[in-house]
Amino acid sequence: MVREQVAEFSVEYVQALDEEGTLDDEQAPDVDDEDLLELYRLMRLARRTDERAVALQRRGESGTYAPGIGQEAAQVGSAFALARDDWMVPSFRESAAYLTRGAPVHRLLWYAMGMEEGAEVADRNMPPSIPVGSQALHAAGLGWGQAIRRDETATLTYFGDGATSQGDVYEAMNVSGVLDAHTVFFCQNNQWAISVPRERQSRAETLAQKAISAGIEGIQVDGNDVLGVLGVARDALESARNGNPVLVEALTYRQSMHTTSDDPRVYRSEDDEGDWDARDPIVRFERYLRDEGVLDDDRAAEIADDIEALLSDEIDRARGGREEVEPAEMFDHVFAETPPELRRQKEAFEREESEEGETGPASAEDGLRGEREAGGAEIPESVEKQRDGTADEQRDEDDEVDDRG
Amino acid sequence: MANEIRLVEAIRQALDEEMARDESVIVYGEDVGVNGGVFRATKDLIEEYPEQVYDTPLAEAAILGLGVGLAGAGFRPVPEIQFASFAYQGFHQLVQHASRMRSRTRGTLGVPMTVRMPYGGGIRALELHSESYEAGFAHVPGLKTVVPANPADAKGLLTAAIRDPDPVIVLEPTSRYRASRESVPEGEHVVPLGEAEVVSEGEEVTVVAWGAMVAETIEAVEDADADAEVIDLRTVSPMDSEAILASVRKTGRCVVVHEAPRTGGLAAEIVARINDDALYYLESPVERVTGYDVPFPMFAREAAYRPDADRIRRGIERVLSA
Ligand SMILES: Cc1ncc(C[n+]2csc(CCOP(=O)(O)OP(=O)(O)O)c2C)c(N)n1
Repeated sequence: MVREQVAEFSVEYVQALDEEGTLDDEQAPDVDDEDLLELYRLMRLARRTDERAVALQRRGESGTYAPGIGQEAAQVGSAFALARDDWMVPSFRESAAYLTRGAPVHRLLWYAMGMEEGAEVADRNMPPSIPVGSQALHAAGLGWGQAIRRDETATLTYFGDGATSQGDVYEAMNVSGVLDAHTVFFCQNNQWAISVPRERQSRAETLAQKAISAGIEGIQVDGNDVLGVLGVARDALESARNGNPVLVEALTYRQSMHTTSDDPRVYRSEDDEGDWDARDPIVRFERYLRDEGVLDDDRAAEIADDIEALLSDEIDRARGGREEVEPAEMFDHVFAETPPELRRQKEAFEREESEEGETGPASAEDGLRGEREAGGAEIPESVEKQRDGTADEQRDEDDEVDDRG
Repeated sequence: MANEIRLVEAIRQALDEEMARDESVIVYGEDVGVNGGVFRATKDLIEEYPEQVYDTPLAEAAILGLGVGLAGAGFRPVPEIQFASFAYQGFHQLVQHASRMRSRTRGTLGVPMTVRMPYGGGIRALELHSESYEAGFAHVPGLKTVVPANPADAKGLLTAAIRDPDPVIVLEPTSRYRASRESVPEGEHVVPLGEAEVVSEGEEVTVVAWGAMVAETIEAVEDADADAEVIDLRTVSPMDSEAILASVRKTGRCVVVHEAPRTGGLAAEIVARINDDALYYLESPVERVTGYDVPFPMFAREAAYRPDADRIRRGIERVLSA
């Protein structure tokens, strides 16, 4: 009998800026003062956006919102590493990453206000994934496409610690490895999946090691250290561009509630939440910037004022958009070309809307019947072609239904 | 004896009583333990039944697949899927395993699993938290699907589901969880699966609804100038056709209401059954008042999507004037 070790693995942990705000030059990414200030501004903007979004929800102006307070370094640092042509595939907590990618605040607020307008894809950002973890496969597909085309671009997807329990996330890493996909899997381990702590999610010592079973590289980074995250994300993206996908586990902490409908006091104590002065990503980075002389009181105040002005404009804009929501638009983007039955449903809906309040039988679905009697609605040419002439049969069927009346 | 409680509390009461009665009943899922479920349907149960209530990792395929295995080990699994829209992450376990285990094993192995899932709109939830795809479950042979509309039925149907030897999906209408306090029998209360309830009797038109749409229908009937008979289907599969047919034979007119999209929705199935067995009693075509064939809109547009009392009332008026 033979028994010997055939494989051995380890997982590295990276930190550039420690809790005191001291920088380890070996781990520090190459950034100039302008970038440093931009990273700082983005983190502050993200924090204030979250705070304002939560306040809007509390006032009943918007719906459920998932703040990323405490996770700004993980999101801003990683999204900052992306090039314009790279793809980002986020989940529902990635406001800070969207802002870093240049998404306007009012879009994020529209989404929170329950408007599809907020999810419009722009600049190679996917809309937020609401199902946990399933988006990792889209990132694998995008990254595979980039590999097939031999593009210089890469794809980065975000998910939480809870998501690593989903089969989809494992499948995504595994196929990416086999297909040399240009994909970076960025796990924000914020220690909680709603009420379930990280240790109850997996017995694995690190989440980064989940990469090992897929045969790709896994690495841990201090997720509250924006410079460490930026460096690790840049390296991971570089590796992915060469067909070597990477899983990054960013160790961070969700400082506030899971979403505005959640009450963390039910499942974690203030002791668990600890002292955030030392661990807060913004406090730490600010200390460093001040020590380095990149930031002083005046500059900090100026940045804060600009952010407040921007947010008040953007919130006005979000409110303005909300006033103009057209319910009938729900029919417009289901297909590139609206099929006849759906168009009939839309017309019936509009008629019903315009007759709202009026009583009597002259209402929406009645109109629908009238249309059927007239021989059905016109069918767009392309649909008719696709259907190979069956559109006429459809009309006959509709008439038949009506004849019985 | 009866107490006045909300639907969500009735669910909790059924779980509590069934776990006390039968220690093979295992309640588990995402956040159901310490957190008591995101809707608090399992509040404090983990303290009362530490051996029967478990938080699981975030994995629906695991949650539903575990149920098949737990059943094999002699348990009665009662998993919660946090929102019905995430049942798809484990749909294959329901379709490929849970629903057909009895049939594949020629009756030797059953899966007495009860899957609870909140469904439906009306609570300004996030995107993908409001779907009602009961027709999808009803389409799977070997699955039973119930949709309680009020607290008493929530308790009674869930109790029956847990005791049922086959897999049952319980769709809990989120908009009714805390809508009202109603009288619910204390102690054992079983509402048999597969039996509709005539909520109010009438002679002129039959209105069939289930889940959240029952309350809207009752409101519509109060406003409508018609003597309507309201049927709460309660179990959408297997469906109590007899209750619908008997009523339609009496009234000659029928409106079916559902929140789910129109195409392929259960209203179509009901119309087909009426065609099969009561066509010549009809005095007008059966009317459908349903959601539209669009993805359930985010909440800024959800009120426009969901049938409400007004739309249902107009549906009733239409069949009456046809
Ligand atoms: C497939 C699926 N199951 C359940 C949910 C409900 N849910 C939303 S967020 C969440 C926890 C997610 O935890 P994690 O992946 O750690 O990310 P975090 O929220 O901490 O950022 C759950 C259970 C969902 N949205 N999708």
